[in-house]
Amino acid sequence: MADYHLEEIPVGPYKHLVSERAVTGETMLLNMGPQHPSTHGVLRLLLELDGEIIVNCVPDIGFLHTGVEKNMEAKTYLKAEVMCDRLDYMNPLGNNLAYCMAVEKLVELDVPPRAQALRVILVELQRIASHLVWLGAFGLDLAAMSVFLYCFRERELILDIFELVSGQRMMTTYIRPGGLWRDVPVEFEAAVRNFLKIFPARIDEYEALLSKNPLLQDRVVGIGKLSAQDAISYGVTGPMLRASGVEWDIRKARPYMGYEQYEFKIPTRTQGDTYSRYIVRIEEFRESLKIIEQALNKLPMGPINSDNRKFVPPPRSEIGTSMEALIHHFKLWTEGFPGPKGSVYNAVESPRGELGVYLEGDGGPKPYRIHWRTPSFDNLSVISIITKGHLVADLIAILASVDIVLGDIDR
Amino acid sequence: MGVEEKLGNMGIVTTTLETAVNWARTNAMWPMLFGLACCAIEMMAAQAADYDMSRFGMELMRPSPRQSDLMIVAGRVSRKMAPVVRRLYDQMPEPKWVIAMGDCASCGGVYNNYAIVQGVDEVVPVDVYVAGCPPRPEALIHGVVTLYEKVRSETFKDLAKA
Amino acid sequence: MDNRLDKIVQVLQEKAGATCEEFRGELHIFIHAEQIVDVLTFLRDEHAFSLLSVLTAVDYWPQEDPRFHVIYQLTSLTQNMVVQLRVPVGGSQPRVPTASQVFETANWREREVSDMFGVEFEGHPDPRRILMPEDWEGHPLRKDYPLGYEEPQFTFNFEEIDLRKPYVKE
Repeated sequence: MADYHLEEIPVGPYKHLVSERAVTGETMLLNMGPQHPSTHGVLRLLLELDGEIIVNCVPDIGFLHTGVEKNMEAKTYLKAEVMCDRLDYMNPLGNNLAYCMAVEKLVELDVPPRAQALRVILVELQRIASHLVWLGAFGLDLAAMSVFLYCFRERELILDIFELVSGQRMMTTYIRPGGLWRDVPVEFEAAVRNFLKIFPARIDEYEALLSKNPLLQDRVVGIGKLSAQDAISYGVTGPMLRASGVEWDIRKARPYMGYEQYEFKIPTRTQGDTYSRYIVRIEEFRESLKIIEQALNKLPMGPINSDNRKFVPPPRSEIGTSMEALIHHFKLWTEGFPGPKGSVYNAVESPRGELGVYLEGDGGPKPYRIHWRTPSFDNLSVISIITKGHLVADLIAILASVDIVLGDIDR
Repeated sequence: MGVEEKLGNMGIVTTTLETAVNWARTNAMWPMLFGLACCAIEMMAAQAADYDMSRFGMELMRPSPRQSDLMIVAGRVSRKMAPVVRRLYDQMPEPKWVIAMGDCASCGGVYNNYAIVQGVDEVVPVDVYVAGCPPRPEALIHGVVTLYEKVRSETFKDLAKA
Repeated sequence: MDNRLDKIVQVLQEKAGATCEEFRGELHIFIHAEQIVDVLTFLRDEHAFSLLSVLTAVDYWPQEDPRFHVIYQLTSLTQNMVVQLRVPVGGSQPRVPTASQVFETANWREREVSDMFGVEFEGHPDPRRILMPEDWEGHPLRKDYPLGYEEPQFTFNFEEIDLRKPYVKE
């Protein structure tokens, strides 16, 4: 084949990213386009293939760019919260928590202990729901379709709890600056305890189907190795970093919302391959269940919102009798509360890694600049180094184990 | 008294050609896998066990546009994605229908800015709009049933005009 | 934690002429654009700040000049410390040397800043737009770029907006 002369293949704007073999036509450039069953969302991958082996993999993102950061500058602090649920759409309560904690840090608002404990319970339930979708999609990409159906059956239980509490299954906007929107109804505890009773057996069911399965092990053990040094240099955080051997979890290192009172472990593995990422997330299910149980047992009574009426709206019952409550309510709903001049950064541990909010105020009722440091952005950038030398079928397994959410990446 | 009585026992049914064609079109409409954002998760939940969409013949979501006849645009369409949506719509063979699922696909939703197409009907012609952010799986199923009623009421005169 | 950070701030003030501010318990250190690569290498090698968590920018037009502040936030995993560096740049063609040789995560993050703000990073291996389409003009997150707001359709202006809206016919 060497003496067959080809004209230069038009590689276009990617010339500096692919090897010289693509230009001569020895390797093939394949477009795994935005609409594809296995890219989790609208992600475009440009693959340079030598037969079936990947030589280079260039991700092209931006197909879901929503302009959230600019749009939130045009709304008041409270009204902008609606937009933040829809960023990482697998984890809306976690996004709410990150934003509300940043606002509370900026205006120096305290949160009562009952609200803190309830926030922890809801965010851990959301973590379980997000990992269930990941597990379903992981199974689906590896052609284990029954796992997908089982995971969504469990997810319905969690979404029922969210609907009980806030009225909405997914984008709840339930966590507000200063506490929560409303107190949880009386059926909440029974529903969560019922879930805690059923779920451990279901995790064992998933493990029985997948973990020791020789088909799965052939496909994912030793695939997509990421070393710890590469992971840190590429800014990877979350279960992907913990699967490569670095024990870093913001809930343990810089605890917030009372996480220091709960006992839980951080699952870590050292191999850094796809199987380790899978096992780390399965173990995170169990740790989250432990946290929920401890928080539910210790749930204190008390107010659900901070007392500071300048930032937190008064309860409806007070408005009929107190003049100040009416004025506060009016001012908060028409103008909004002012944020001081200065910037804060607040990071929480989302199911994908470090979710950070950089919030800057300028004295007015609208945020001056808000930036979301989203974990999937950096987690995806390693895809070009961990897929080199693997087959296309391995790329699907690796992409499923990275657990990206395109709303997180493109914002 | 008519033909039906005599032929009924022999397992023969009479109907109009229009009804037969519309019945064939609705009973196994294959949707194209086109989940973009959050609404895709509710579409997946509608596909799963609790709100089963395979009772409508839709259990297979075809990734290839050449093999599907329904495009459920689930999620927000950004300006970079709009030409891709149009290209996929053009690749689908006739007869084809579009359901705009969710607020972002119907009218731009929460986002009124430079990056989001304000309603996917600026890009493809839409048959049914399903409201909600995200719409419950039951709302999506209601949208699908509304589409079926629309298809069942189509006559050959409409199809000839188009 | 404060003693170790104080030591670092002292060294930076002496060697790089940095100034620093504190707000809500966070430390913001202002660095000049030419020295940012040296400062990042120093922090990564000498003080184990190995994770670059945030690389973004803020536009202060028209109140301040230089109008952009490029923000780097470094986390030390072993010592559990966080420090924020701010680089003011301005002018008609703002330029900052690239940090992608020091941290690999800066590769994509700098592409995002240059796409959204128009700040050029000298020496970047792959300066293409990342979030907007390749042929987009303008830098969306600048304060003089409009939001692109479409007028909402209420009942009183329903018909006139309906006529203007680009519905596709077939």
